[in-house]
Amino acid sequence: MSSTNKHILNPNKWIELHADYLYNYTISRINNQDLAKDLVQDTFFAALKAKDNFQGKASERTWLTSILKRKIIDHYRKINSAKGKAEVKMNFYTDGEREGEWIEERVPSTWNSEIEKVIENNELSEAIEKCINDLPEKYEMVFRMKTIQQFETEEICKELGITSSNLWVIIHRARTQLRKCMEDSWFKN
Amino acid sequence: MKLNCDEATKICDKNQYGEASLMEKIKLGFHLFLCKKCGTYSKQNTVLTKCYKFHKNGKNSPHCLSKDDKKHLDKELKARM
Repeated sequence: MSSTNKHILNPNKWIELHADYLYNYTISRINNQDLAKDLVQDTFFAALKAKDNFQGKASERTWLTSILKRKIIDHYRKINSAKGKAEVKMNFYTDGEREGEWIEERVPSTWNSEIEKVIENNELSEAIEKCINDLPEKYEMVFRMKTIQQFETEEICKELGITSSNLWVIIHRARTQLRKCMEDSWFKN
Repeated sequence: MKLNCDEATKICDKNQYGEASLMEKIKLGFHLFLCKKCGTYSKQNTVLTKCYKFHKNGKNSPHCLSKDDKKHLDKELKARM
């Protein structure tokens, strides 16, 4: 490859050229504006520090994104390992002879008004958003990536360093918790 | 062959994304045939998936940083150059 094909970095133009892209990239994974701004800022700072290591093989944007990806996975590991942080409420017995059975108060109740309740309006969207926000961070992040952003399972697993069976356990817990929340806040009143 | 409710609803959730295997779907069908609670869950799950889809369609507009945010970022970055 001739040297003219090499990509070069131009930090003076980073904000103008890449800030929105990186911000969007972050928001679709971490639905928190302040945190997203911080991660984008950290990415630029880290990139500036590391700019002498840039070999010009990838485009500037690809290189910046790879730094951001590491920031995001660091964040995920932090929320995943945080001790004493809120967990989802258990829906099933986890041991004993009733292992895997529904815990009584979490058994789905019948929704008699479900037909007229699925009117697609802003209030429904608000109720959903509120329930998703109530999920512990890790569950919120994986649920949003899979359901709202519709990333491929494989892509999420790769990005967050989890197995697909991990992913389905997280999705399962998120959805059972969301079901209960939507039942209480939307379908039953 | 026999699933408990936790396992059955997990497959049911996976199936909402079209990613349950044939074997899993057969096991799930068998469980749902016998278990009314999970039957209710499964029915509601379809309704919820519809709700989430609706919610998604209203949400996926691109996000931008504000002018002020960019100015601030620019200042911070320049200070480090």
